Amino acid sequence: MKPARGTGGPPVLLIILGISGLALFALPLAGLLARTPWAKLGSLLTGDVVTDALGLSLLTSLAATAIAAIIGVPLAWLLARVDFPGRTIARGLVTLPLVLPPVVGGAALLFAFGRRGLFGQPLNEATGLLLPFSVWGVILANTFVATPFLVITVEGALRNLDQRFEGAAATLGARRWTVMRRVTLPMIGPSLVAGLVLTWARALGEFGATITFAGNLQGRTQTLPLAVFVALESDRDTAIALSLVMVAVSLTVLVALRERWWKGL
Amino acid sequence: MEGPLGLNADFSARREGFRLDLKLSISPGRTVALLGPNGAGKTTAVNVLSGLLPIDRGRIELAGEVLDDPRAGVFVSPEARRVGVVFQDYLLFSHLSVEENVAFGLRSRGMSNERARAQAGEWLERMELSDLGRRKPRQLSGGQAQRVALARALVTEPDLLLLDEPLSALDVGTRVQLRRTLAEHLDQFQGPRLLITHDPSEAFLLADEIHVIENGTITQSGSPDDIRLRPRTAYAADLAGSNLFVGYARNGSVDVVGHQLHVASAVEGDALVTIRPSAISVHRSQPEGSPRNNWLTTIKIVEHLGERVRMRTGPPLPLTVEITESALVEMNLSEGEEVWVAIKATEIGVESESIP
Repeated sequence: MKPARGTGGPPVLLIILGISGLALFALPLAGLLARTPWAKLGSLLTGDVVTDALGLSLLTSLAATAIAAIIGVPLAWLLARVDFPGRTIARGLVTLPLVLPPVVGGAALLFAFGRRGLFGQPLNEATGLLLPFSVWGVILANTFVATPFLVITVEGALRNLDQRFEGAAATLGARRWTVMRRVTLPMIGPSLVAGLVLTWARALGEFGATITFAGNLQGRTQTLPLAVFVALESDRDTAIALSLVMVAVSLTVLVALRERWWKGL
Repeated sequence: MEGPLGLNADFSARREGFRLDLKLSISPGRTVALLGPNGAGKTTAVNVLSGLLPIDRGRIELAGEVLDDPRAGVFVSPEARRVGVVFQDYLLFSHLSVEENVAFGLRSRGMSNERARAQAGEWLERMELSDLGRRKPRQLSGGQAQRVALARALVTEPDLLLLDEPLSALDVGTRVQLRRTLAEHLDQFQGPRLLITHDPSEAFLLADEIHVIENGTITQSGSPDDIRLRPRTAYAADLAGSNLFVGYARNGSVDVVGHQLHVASAVEGDALVTIRPSAISVHRSQPEGSPRNNWLTTIKIVEHLGERVRMRTGPPLPLTVEITESALVEMNLSEGEEVWVAIKATEIGVESESIP
């Protein structure tokens, strides 16, 4: 392609560095595809370990995303709109799971919600519910690690939204919930969807907090990433098949949503 | 005080260290303009009347109902007030269609979807927007968006119509045209109307009564002619300085209150005439040569504005004239003296004001 006259092409150095950046993402994938035992793939993918892990991963990541939506959007609204004392600290607390090693997050969850944990023990005594080493534990670990993505995205969108639109809706007779439902949420729609997708993707890939807090029991708490980790030691072909499943699921969703929802982002 | 059906407001409101004191009465069918520079408190007034900002002192009463009275502990929230607002930049909901925007107020007040759509459709028709119901706001021209905003505000049959800088979002060309359609559409609303603007021509042409607002208080109130001919503050004088007249144009001349002005314009019919004060020249004797508009008059008022001098002249056509201080000294002019004023035909702005 000949560059348009007068504008020049992009600088050569920029092209080289840019392509290196792309290679960083493409080469590992190529390595995975090169080692894939294509002939055995069908039987590998229908094995118990793979189907158990896939089912559990989809269930827990979607549940975590749903919980994130229910508690994360109101939290984002509070952080964006209400000037309460300690807001800066609250905002830091929300972003903590983003920088904390997930293993540390898992350990903290254990001290809080474990059998002898600060809240886990009374919870267990009152209801008999035990979070660690259960599906609920996986969901809690996923939610803890992934919700910040939703909160941050939605809070930013709420701050950028011109509040005069909400005022206009009020003068047209809309009560606060109606304003929220018919004006605020639709107007931040693209950011909300983006936040949900990021949250779901993070939950799907969650490893450290899950293995620390919920353990690694096939069919109960062994999600796809955990199954990949275990299989790498014992059964390399299964590990590759599991990895391919993760790549395929993630890529499909991200590309589809990018086409539909993310055009403006 | 006006009748019980109008707006009666007398209040103070504070926002971020700024204080607005306003006393305002508007009877049904009348348009009152709040005219002032940016930062004078115009937006605060919109927020107070629409219920987005509570007042600190005073009382607001609309159509016989008290909307805000801190002493009596009364505050009616925005969604419960019957105030229609055409916001600056219109604030149409971008995710809703034109029809859904207009139906929004009816749906919010609990009307069924079908009835709300039917009623919105009627208003779209009245505003000549029937074909655009399915469009999104970003697909509208400035004029169409303005009419959608007006329809959205009027469909709920409010007791007060607030227009916040309804024309400022438009470029100069469309502004003139839309001011005319706005004037027509305003007649469809029988209640009191409050126009908030920084544009004097908007206020002079649309309002029956003007309140000049500066730094949070009203500095002058009166009819458009009062403000124009007897400005009481520097700001009002600046506004009045634009020499704005309504006349009738025919065959290259405009009749302004019985006085004929020669103009270089093909406009016919009702016309808005503007003459910049600095485009008028002043002479001791009758000027010769090109200026075709010249007449003898008296200097009524001389005002010194540093390097410049502003003068008001008397009949036959009162004008605001601006000359330099040195020209004043050179000609040795003072109040009460007779002078000739001259204006080139090409220096007179003429805009059609006729309703097609």
